[in-house]
Amino acid sequence: MSTERVTNIVVAGVGGQGVLRATDVIAETAFLAGYDVKKTEVHGMSQRGGGVVSDVRFGPRVLSPMVPDGEADFLLVLEPTQLEPNRHRLKPDGVIIGCDRINVASLTHPKTLNVALLGVLSQYLDLSCELWCDALRRCFPPHLYSVNEEAFELGRQADGKACRRE
Amino acid sequence: MTAERRELLSGNEALAHAALACGVHLGTGYPGTPSTEILETLAAIGGKAQWAPNEKVAMEVALGVAYGNGRALVTMKHVGLNVAADPLFSAAYTGVSGALVVAVADDPGMASSQNEQDTRRYAIAAGVPVLEPSDPQEAHDFFFRAVELSEQFGTPVIVRLTTRVSHSKGSVELRPAGPPPRSPHFERNIAARVLIPAYARPAHRRLRQRLKEIAQWNETSGLNLVLTGTSDLGIIASGVAALHAREAAPQTRLLKLGMSYPLPVQTVKEFVRGVKRCVVIEEGDPVIEELCLTHGIPVEGKPEEDRFGELSVSRVRRILNGDCPPPPPPASTRPPQLCPGCPHRMVFEALRDLGCIVAGDIGCYTLGVLPPFEAMDTCTCMGASIGVGLGLRHVLPPDQARRVVSVIGDSTFVHSGLTGIVEMMYNPPPGGHVVLILDNRTTAMTGLQDHPATGRTLSGQPTHELSLEGVCRAIGVEDVTVFEEHSNKESFRALLREKLSQAKPCVIIVRRECLLAMRRRKQESLAAQQERVTCQPSE
Repeated sequence: MSTERVTNIVVAGVGGQGVLRATDVIAETAFLAGYDVKKTEVHGMSQRGGGVVSDVRFGPRVLSPMVPDGEADFLLVLEPTQLEPNRHRLKPDGVIIGCDRINVASLTHPKTLNVALLGVLSQYLDLSCELWCDALRRCFPPHLYSVNEEAFELGRQADGKACRRE
Repeated sequence: MTAERRELLSGNEALAHAALACGVHLGTGYPGTPSTEILETLAAIGGKAQWAPNEKVAMEVALGVAYGNGRALVTMKHVGLNVAADPLFSAAYTGVSGALVVAVADDPGMASSQNEQDTRRYAIAAGVPVLEPSDPQEAHDFFFRAVELSEQFGTPVIVRLTTRVSHSKGSVELRPAGPPPRSPHFERNIAARVLIPAYARPAHRRLRQRLKEIAQWNETSGLNLVLTGTSDLGIIASGVAALHAREAAPQTRLLKLGMSYPLPVQTVKEFVRGVKRCVVIEEGDPVIEELCLTHGIPVEGKPEEDRFGELSVSRVRRILNGDCPPPPPPASTRPPQLCPGCPHRMVFEALRDLGCIVAGDIGCYTLGVLPPFEAMDTCTCMGASIGVGLGLRHVLPPDQARRVVSVIGDSTFVHSGLTGIVEMMYNPPPGGHVVLILDNRTTAMTGLQDHPATGRTLSGQPTHELSLEGVCRAIGVEDVTVFEEHSNKESFRALLREKLSQAKPCVIIVRRECLLAMRRRKQESLAAQQERVTCQPSE
C-alpha cells in the first residue's frame, strides 16, 4: 500500500461553477490512463452558492480520498475569493491555476471556465490529450461537448501547447 | 452481466450496483445527504427503487419485503434512522426471512446536517450488525456480504457509510451477479413476527443468542484485515479513517475492522497482544474504543477534540504523534445562500419585516436564518416546526404568541408535518396559529427529488398526487389559503398580516416551483429529444 507518486489536485470555487464536474473530468482521465483514482466532494448545503471544494488524487495506489493539507500539487481556483481559504492545501512548491492563466473574455461560454482551467492543468500532467477528450465526452452530454472541448483547447494553448488532432 | 467490469463510481453508486447484482427486489428510502444517490442510481441502472414519505415508512416497507422472503434495501441519512428507529428495533427481535440491508450515511463534520450522530450507536442499541466500508470498492463488496449475513442469520444489517465513502469516487471492480435470490413467498410464523409480550420475551433471548453467533462468524468473516507493519504501535480503525491511518502511518501494523459490531473479540485481542500499544482511530463516537474496553482489551482512544468533525490524514498524524494543538480555525469560505430568484426569498423578507417568531424546519429554506433575512428562530429536526410553533403559542405572552409562525417545506411536510397539523386541530392554542407550507414542488436541498405531493415517482413516472390543501382540510383546518401570486410581495404581506391577526388555526400554502427543478425538467426534456436524434458516442 504505497502512496508514492500520488498526484494531488484540489479544485475550489463556488456553487454552480462546475467544481465537481472539473474533478470528475480529471478523475475520469486518470482512470482511463489506468491509474488508481479517488476523488471526493461535499454535496448539499454548500451547493447553494457557497464555497465548494473537491479533491482528486491519482497514482499507482491511492488511500485516503482527501488531499492532506499542504500536499496538493495543484490548486485550481475558479473564483478569486476562494484562493485564500484554500491556500493551505497547497504544498510549498505547488502550482496555483487561477482565472488569470487564461483570457476569460475569449471563452464562448463563461460556464466552461472550469474546463478551460483543466486545459491549463493538462500541460503539467502526463495524461494524453486524447484521454482528456475521451473524459470530456464521458462527462458532458453530446450537445455540450464541443463548447467544452473548445474551452479545454483554449486553456491548453494558454502557454502555447495546442492539442494536436489526428 | 457475467464478466467483471471496472468503473469509476461513487460509494453510493457502487452500493447501488451491488444491490442490482444481488437481485434486490425493492429499494426504498427518503432522500438525505449524503445517502440520496443510492436509490437514484439503482433506478437508473434498472433496479426497482422508490421514495417513501419518510424513513419509518421506508423501513417498514423494506421489512415487509424481507418478511416475504424478498431482498430489500432501505437508505437514509443518519438522522433518518431516528425516524426509522421504531421499526428497526423491533425488526431486530422479529428477524427477517429474506434480506434487509439498511444503508445509513453519516455526516461527520455536518456538511449538510443538523448533528453528527454515529449510526453505530444504533446498531449496538438495536442489536443489529454493522459493516463499515472505507471506499467505493468496499461499499460494493460489503453489500454482497450484508445480504449474505442478513439471510444466513435472519437479521437486519446496517451498512454505515460516511460522507467520504458515499461521495468519494474511486475505481470499482464490479462483481458479477450472484445466484438469484429466492422467489418471495409468505410463510406463516406468528410467534416470530407478532411482538406481543409473550412472543417478544423469547424473541429478545433469540436476538442475544444470534448476536453471539454473529460475533463468532465475524472472527473468520474476512471483513477484518490485518495490514502488516511494525509492532511498537498498533492501530485499530474502521471506514475511511482506516485509509487515513494507513496513509498517515504506512509502516504501522493496522487492524482494519470491516464489521465493527458485533466485535470480533478474539481477533482484536490477538492483534492487541501482538503490539506494544494500540490506538483506535475512528470517525465519530469512540464506539470501537468502548467496545474494546468493555471486553477488557487495553486500547487508547483519540482525544476528545477529535470526536468532532471529519478525520483526515493530518489529524490522524497528529493523534498518533500525541500532539494536541487547538484545531485550526475553519477556513472562512462563502456561506451558502438562497438562490437568486428563489421563491422562498419573498417569504423570508416578509417574516423578517413583520417581526415574526419563526419555528423553522429542514430544507433549503433553513437558509432563511442567514443574512439578509435572519428570519428563523428554531430548527431542530424534520417536521418540528409545527409542534415547536404550537408549544411557543401555548406559553408565550399574547403579544409574542401572536407573532409565531411555523414554516415548513412541501417534502418535509409530507415527511412528518401531517401529525403536527392533527395536533394543531386537536389542541389549538388559544390565539390560533399560522402554518406556512413553502411548496416548491420538490425536495430541493438534497438535489431535487420527487415526493408524494409532486405526483411523480422516483423515476419521474406519474402517480397519485397528494394534495397539500386537501389533506389539511381533511384534517380539519377550515382556513387554508393557497398563495401563487409570487410577484406580488405586498399581497403576500397583507395575507400574512391578516392571518396573524385572527385567533384561529390556519395554513398558508405558498406555491411556486423551485427554479432549479424547473430548469432540470426543461433540460431533461431537451436531452430526451436529443437522444432520439443523436447516436450515443462509443465507449
